[in-house]
Amino acid sequence: MSLQTAQPPAPTADEQPVDRIRGRRRRPRWGDRMLRIYTWVVILWLVLPIIVIAAFSFNDPVGRRNTRWQGFTLEHWGDAFALPELRRALVNSLLVALITMVVAGVLGTMVGLALGRYRFRGSGATNLVMFAVISSPELIMGASLLTLFVSLGMGRGFVTVLIAHIMFSISFVAVVVRARVLTLDRSIEEAARDLGATAFTTFRLVTFPMIFPAVLSGALLAFALSIDDFVITQFNAGLHFQTLPLWIWGSAKLGLKPEVNVIGTLLFLVGVVIATGSAINARRRERS
Amino acid sequence: MGKRLRAKLAPYALILPGGLWLVLFFVVPMVTMFNLSLSQGDVVGGFEVTWRWDTYANVFENYHTQIVRSVWYGAATTVAQIIIAFPIAYWIATRGGRHKTTYLYLVLLPFFVSFVLRTFAWKFMMADEGFIFGYLKDWHLLPQDFRVLNTSFAVISGLTYNFLPFMILPIYVALERIDPRVLEAARDLYANPAQVFGKVVFPLALPGVFAGVLMTFVPAASDYVNSELLGGTATTMIGNVIQRQYLDQTNYPTGSALSFAMMAVLLIGVFLYARILGTEDVLKAAAR
Amino acid sequence: MKNRNIDTAFLRGMTQRRVSRRDFLRISGLSAATIAFAAACGVKGQSNEGGPLTVEQFWSGKTGKGHINFANWPLYMADGQPELAQFTEETGITVTYREVINEMPEWFAGTFQDLVAGKSIGYDLMVITNGSQFQKYVAGNTLAPLDHSRLPNFAANAADSYKNSSYDAGNVHSIPWASGFTGLAYDPEKTGREITKLDDLRDPAFRGRIGLMGDLQELGNFGLWAVGKNPATSTPDDWREAAAWLQELKDAGQILAFFDQDFIEAIEGGQTWISQAWSGDIFQAQLADSPLQFAIPEEGGTVWTDNMAIPVTAENPVDAIKLMDFFYEPEVAATLAEYINYITPVPGARDKVLAHAEAAETDEDRAYLEELADSVYVFPGASDYATVSYYRAFSSPEEEQEYNEIFEPIVSG
Repeated sequence: MSLQTAQPPAPTADEQPVDRIRGRRRRPRWGDRMLRIYTWVVILWLVLPIIVIAAFSFNDPVGRRNTRWQGFTLEHWGDAFALPELRRALVNSLLVALITMVVAGVLGTMVGLALGRYRFRGSGATNLVMFAVISSPELIMGASLLTLFVSLGMGRGFVTVLIAHIMFSISFVAVVVRARVLTLDRSIEEAARDLGATAFTTFRLVTFPMIFPAVLSGALLAFALSIDDFVITQFNAGLHFQTLPLWIWGSAKLGLKPEVNVIGTLLFLVGVVIATGSAINARRRERS
Repeated sequence: MGKRLRAKLAPYALILPGGLWLVLFFVVPMVTMFNLSLSQGDVVGGFEVTWRWDTYANVFENYHTQIVRSVWYGAATTVAQIIIAFPIAYWIATRGGRHKTTYLYLVLLPFFVSFVLRTFAWKFMMADEGFIFGYLKDWHLLPQDFRVLNTSFAVISGLTYNFLPFMILPIYVALERIDPRVLEAARDLYANPAQVFGKVVFPLALPGVFAGVLMTFVPAASDYVNSELLGGTATTMIGNVIQRQYLDQTNYPTGSALSFAMMAVLLIGVFLYARILGTEDVLKAAAR
Repeated sequence: MKNRNIDTAFLRGMTQRRVSRRDFLRISGLSAATIAFAAACGVKGQSNEGGPLTVEQFWSGKTGKGHINFANWPLYMADGQPELAQFTEETGITVTYREVINEMPEWFAGTFQDLVAGKSIGYDLMVITNGSQFQKYVAGNTLAPLDHSRLPNFAANAADSYKNSSYDAGNVHSIPWASGFTGLAYDPEKTGREITKLDDLRDPAFRGRIGLMGDLQELGNFGLWAVGKNPATSTPDDWREAAAWLQELKDAGQILAFFDQDFIEAIEGGQTWISQAWSGDIFQAQLADSPLQFAIPEEGGTVWTDNMAIPVTAENPVDAIKLMDFFYEPEVAATLAEYINYITPVPGARDKVLAHAEAAETDEDRAYLEELADSVYVFPGASDYATVSYYRAFSSPEEEQEYNEIFEPIVSG
C-alpha cells in the first residue's frame, strides 16, 4: 500500500518565507547546501527503479526474457495491451478499485461522521477496530480472510477480493473524514437548522460540502490502496481472478516482459499527470 | 420517532453498515484463524478444532529464528528510514518554500508504480552481472565476488525503499507544524544549532517519528515480497513462512498459529517502543 | 478553518490514543465469548462423498457445447496458440486459453476446495503435474474418469511408457502433455568444469553460487538421490537422511537461494553458476545461444509429467476430451514440441520434426529442428530414463505432512 494520493499541504498564507528560519547568526551556508544536495540524491534514488523500468520498456529482447539490453524498439508501446491476460488484469484492477472507492467511501464517511461528531457507547470499540485494521499487517488480514472463506466453503475470486479491499479501505476513509469532522464549525450547521432546514437538508447542503474534500481524499486513498494491493489480494484472489499486481508478479517471475515495463511506465505517467493536475489546481485555488 | 431519540440513534445507524462490514470481515476472520490455529487436519479430510495448543509451542520452537529476524529487519528498516527521511523532511519543511508541494510530489511519485514492479526493478538492478554491477566489475571498480542481491542487505534496502514515504510524510507534517518563532527563541537564548536540533526540533518532531515508526515497522517486519525477491537462504522472514504454509502447503493450523505469534510479537514491540519513548503523553497532546 | 492536508488528519487519527482500559476489558470479554461460540464450528471435511464416478456415470448424457476453457502453464504453447486455431478450424469448437498455472501447490490450493464442493472452477481442461497434488485430486474424486473410446489418437500414438505410469495406471484420469527432467544446469564458463553429480554441489569453489528449487518434492528428490536412495521407494528415515544432507549443504553456505520457475533467470543472469533446473528451460536458453549446459546427475534425477485432466465439474468435458486427443496427432505434437522444447509423449512426432527440418526455409530453422529431433531432452531413449524417478507418491495426507515437515525447514529455516 502506499499513500500515493496524499495531498501535501498547500503553503499557508501565514507561512513566513525561509528568511525567518535562516537565522542571522552563524548558520553555516554549507549546511543548507548539503541538505539540498542530499534531498536531490534521495529523490534520485527513489526514482531510479522507475527510470530503469521505463528504459527497459524500449528494449528489444532476443528470446523470451528481457534481461539484457539488446536494442531500441517502440513496438512494445504499440502492442502493450495486446496481451489478453494483461488487459483482463487491468480491467479487474480498475473495476475493483472503483467499486471499493465508492462503497468504502460511503461506509467510511458514515463511520467517520459518527466517530467525529457523536459520543456514544461503542465509539471506543469502533476506534479500536479502525486502528487495528490500519496497523494490522496485510499478511494477517489476508490470511485470516482466507481462513474465513475456506471455512465458509466460499470460492475465491472477484467477490472475495472486493470484500477484502472494501474492508481495509473503510478504516482509512473513516479516519480521514473523522479528523475533518472534528474540526468542523458546527455553528454554520446550527444556523441552517435555525433557519428551518431538516437534518437531511442540512447535511446535503451544509455539512457534506464542508467535508467533501476529506471524503474525496479518503476515497482517492481507497482507490490507490486498492489498485496497488498485492498481499491481501494474493491470498484471496483464487486462481482465475488476476489484478494488475498479481499479473505482474506472475509474469515477472520469468523476467520482466517488456509489456510489464510499458505498463509500469504508463502507471508512472498517470501519476505524474494526476500530481501535476492537482498541483496546478491547488495553485489556482490559492490565487483565487 | 422523537427528535431526541433519532439523534441518539443516529451514530449507531451511521456506523452500522461500515462497522458490520468490519466485524464480519476483520474480526470474525481473526476468530476463524484462531480456531484454525488450534485445529488439526488437512484439506482432503477437513480441519477440526482439537484445542491443540502445542501447535503454538511447535511454531515458536521451529521458527523463532525467523521471528527474531523479522523484528530485527523491521527495526533496522525503521532506523534506516528515520536517518534517511529526517534530513529530507526537514529540508522540505523548512527550506521548501513555494516548492514544498512539488518536492513532496516528487518523493511520492515513484510509488505510483506498483509495489511489486518496483521490487522487481530492484532485483533487476542489484543483479551480480546486471547492467550496474556487471559493468562496474568489468571495469574492475568492484571485486569480482561483490554481491548485493540475495543478501540481507538487499532485503533491508528493499524494505527501506518501499516504505520510505510512510516515514517521510509523518515527520514532514510534524516538522512543518513547528512554529519558526520557537526556533528563533531558542537561538535568541544562545543555543547552538546542535542544541536547537536536539532540544527543540527533534522532540517536537517526535510524534511524527512515532507515527512513522508505527506505519513502517509492522509492514516491514511482516513483509515477504522483499525477502522472496531479493533475499537468499538466510533471509527468510516470518512472512515468507506464513505465506508458504498457507498458499503452498495448505497447512492452515501452522500458518494461523504463526500469524498470531507474529502479531503478538509485533504488538509487544510496538508497546515497548511507546513505553520507552514515553510518547503516550506526547500522543495525548498531539491528538488534541 | 481551511482543510488541512490529508496527512495531518490521517496521522492524527493514527496516533490518537484509542482505548481506555475499561473498553479493553469489555472487548476481551466479548472476544472470549465469540471464540467459545465459534469453537463449536470447524472447517468441514472436504472429500467428495459418494466415491469415484465411473466412466459411464460421468459421460452419459453429456454433449458438446462448442466452447472450452483451458488452463495451462506459461510457455506451453506459442503466442497466438496456432494449434488451438487449427483445432477450431477443424472442429468449430472455440477455446479460451489462459496461462494461469504457475506453481502446482498454488494451483491446487486454489482449486481443490471448489472441486470437492462440486463447484465449477471455470475450466474444462487443465494441465497438472504428477505429484502429491495430483494424488490429492484423485483422492478427492475431483478429476473426471476419461472415456478412452474418445481418445483414439492417444491409444495409437502415445509412447508405451506413458500408458501405464506409476501415478496414473491406465490413464484413468489424465494423459500426458509434456514431460521433463529435473537435473543440474551449469555455466561451464563460470564453473570451469563439467558438473555431473550431486556431489559436485559440495565443492567449496561454488560456495554461494548454487540454486536449488523451493518445491519440496523437487528438493527432496535430489536429497534422496544424493544419499543413495530411490525416491519412489524411500522411507521417512531416508527423508531425514536426505534432509540432513541438504541442511549440511545449506549450512556450508553453498546455496544462494531457493527458486521456483525463476531459477532460469538467476542462472542466466549469473546469480547462480549451478542450478537445479528443468531440461526444457535450458534447451530454450541454449537456442538463444546461452552457454548453459544441462546434465542429469549421476546419482539420479527426476522425471515429471505435466498431464491434461478434466475437472469433475467441467461444463464441457465432451469437447475438452476431443481437444486432448487432438494433441496426440503427430503433426500437432511436433509443432508443440518445437515450441515447448520438452519431452513429447508422441514418439511419432520426431519424424514430423525431421520432415519440417527438410522443408525448412532457412538454415537456422533447419539446424534448430534437427537439433531438436536429436535432443534427448525432447525425444529421450529408454536408457535416459534409467536413473530418474518420479516424485515420491504419498499413500496418505499424514505421510505427506510428515514429508513436508521434514523438508520445509530447509527452505524456510
